[in-house]
Amino acid sequence: MNALTSKLLGGKQGLIGLVILSAIIFIALPLGLDLFRLGLVGKYLTYAFVAVSLVLLWGYGGILSLGQGIFFGLGGYCMAMFLKLEASDPVSTKIQTTPGIPDFMDWNQLTEIPWFWVPFQSLTLTILAVLIVPALFAYIIGYAMFKRRVGGVYFAIITQAIALILTILIVGQQGFTGGVNGITDLKTMLGWDIRDDSSKYILYYVNGLLLIGTILVCRYIITSKFGMLLLAMRDKEERVRFSGYDVSNFKIFIFCVAALISAIGGAMFTLQVGFMSPSFIGIVPSIEMVIFAAVGGRMSLIGAIYGALLVNFGRTMFSETYPELWLFLMGGLFIAVVMFFPNGLAGLYEKYAKKYRLAERMQKIFSSGKPAKADAEATPTKTTGAKA
Amino acid sequence: MFGYSMAEIGNIFVMQGFSGLSLFSVLLLMALGLAIIFGQMGVINMAHGEFMALGAYTTVLFSQLAVAFDLVNYYFVFAIIAAFIVAFVIGYLVEFGLIRHLYKRPLDTLLATWGLSLVMQQIFRSTFGAKEVSAELPAWLLGSFKPTEDIDIPINGVFVMGLAVVVTVGVLLFMFRSNWGLRVRATVQNRVMAGAVGINTKKVDRVTFALGCGIAGVAGAAFTTIASTGPTTGSLYIVDSFMVVVFGGAASVLGTIASAFGIAQAQSILQFFLTSSMGKVATLMTIVVILMMKPEGLFAAKLRK
Repeated sequence: MNALTSKLLGGKQGLIGLVILSAIIFIALPLGLDLFRLGLVGKYLTYAFVAVSLVLLWGYGGILSLGQGIFFGLGGYCMAMFLKLEASDPVSTKIQTTPGIPDFMDWNQLTEIPWFWVPFQSLTLTILAVLIVPALFAYIIGYAMFKRRVGGVYFAIITQAIALILTILIVGQQGFTGGVNGITDLKTMLGWDIRDDSSKYILYYVNGLLLIGTILVCRYIITSKFGMLLLAMRDKEERVRFSGYDVSNFKIFIFCVAALISAIGGAMFTLQVGFMSPSFIGIVPSIEMVIFAAVGGRMSLIGAIYGALLVNFGRTMFSETYPELWLFLMGGLFIAVVMFFPNGLAGLYEKYAKKYRLAERMQKIFSSGKPAKADAEATPTKTTGAKA
Repeated sequence: MFGYSMAEIGNIFVMQGFSGLSLFSVLLLMALGLAIIFGQMGVINMAHGEFMALGAYTTVLFSQLAVAFDLVNYYFVFAIIAAFIVAFVIGYLVEFGLIRHLYKRPLDTLLATWGLSLVMQQIFRSTFGAKEVSAELPAWLLGSFKPTEDIDIPINGVFVMGLAVVVTVGVLLFMFRSNWGLRVRATVQNRVMAGAVGINTKKVDRVTFALGCGIAGVAGAAFTTIASTGPTTGSLYIVDSFMVVVFGGAASVLGTIASAFGIAQAQSILQFFLTSSMGKVATLMTIVVILMMKPEGLFAAKLRK
């Protein structure tokens, strides 16, 4: 292996973690679950994008954003706007007063598509928008705040307020955004039915591949010099600044990268689930996404994915059988992770893998495909992610 | 202007301004507790709204008792005191069990208290049901008075405002005129030095946190006079109250008062001329933009860092 690939794969241990994750996502889950459950997993894996972005931002950068739902939502809405315009062709909307515009616009007495919907008639522009709009928004927020050295809890509170503002705005402007129901009844993408069984499988696999790709990119970032600086900034910001680095630019960059990753997750969510609504943007989803990353281990990219899967599986299981219990459990999870397992599952794995030398044994019995709990490359750095 | 005559505009301003004052009172009571906890101790308490709900539910329970024993006209004062005590005690326990382990990790405190807020919401839901409940108000809190023909001012609003003023004065006196306040301020300014001169800083932390929670309980008691209480009532106010504290300058009590007033008035008056949601968006947006330009808030303590 040359230097770059070894960096991306994270050495032998990282490679094992990645292979096991891929085996679970691409082979075990599709074989073991029916299409309905697999669809749920696909949905959880779109949240995993956000969890991974938070590992980068919060675990490595020490920046806690309580507004990652904003970017997830923006990405999702961009995609949903395109699909909605395609679903609202003049033939299928001919009973409306103005055929050819989305149904909720018609209900709100709009007679033409608003200007900011126009670019979403083209798929190319839509994909560009998914990639650019959230990152640009993150740049504006990041520039305004990091340049003035706003960080820590202030940043968390303000991003939370922005998530609230965006939710109220989307709910309030029903004619332009679909209101509280969001954008629903999405059917086809360039004539390709996204709702039938085969396309559900295809979208699931595309989603999985994008996720693995994201992990590789994140690993590249973390192992680069920039990644080192990120860690240094998290632990001793002043010292990095005095060494002559412009700390705020690094922070803005990592915030934009995290926004971009979340937006990809949002767009994949819309494609797989078939709608987008403000309930994925606000305060509650944004902070829940933090707990996915925290459960998986805030320093572990692969751990974050397991975290997202486990917490959501737990939610589905409990809210089916004991809906009352779920909030207790979720609340308890927040408290327990923070108090007792600040490094999450990855931290536990690190601790016990060292004890029983699991990694070495696993290399021997690797062919039997025993599942690992978490990413082996997670550095056992003391988590001082919190900084005022 | 908007098709109203000048006199009507005047009346609208007075009446919306007054409904803004009710909002101001609740926000102020919420934010005072937060200003003490966040401004003085640097702890983010995301469960602060749930402490307010705790106070509100205590008041509701008292009102049910009062109805049973036919004491509706007198219970309210005791309910306020009880709301304070209940929230104070729970806050004390929370500090002991949770917060004190996390002082060095403010972001983690934020997550842990969020978890606490979920648990508390579910406890409310399991105990009192998902439906909103309201307190039986004493007769002297009902009705309104009319200084002129077109202006209509509800008495409960006046009462809540009076309560907010009393609590604010009490907090100011406590912080700046009492020995406890002196110790709190000393601990905030220099923890090590305060410890060296014999202040039990751990105890100060615990009492300060509990006091903030207790004030949230009073806010809850006040809240029952203007609206009904549900399990998620507290969470609706939490972002607003944080905005009030941050906007006012975290360490300044006067700043908190001023920004609670500004935010409540802006929201209330804007909501009349725009839609309710756009009024809120416009207010919050303005705050966020101002905070981006002036992150330390309006009334920042002048400190050399």
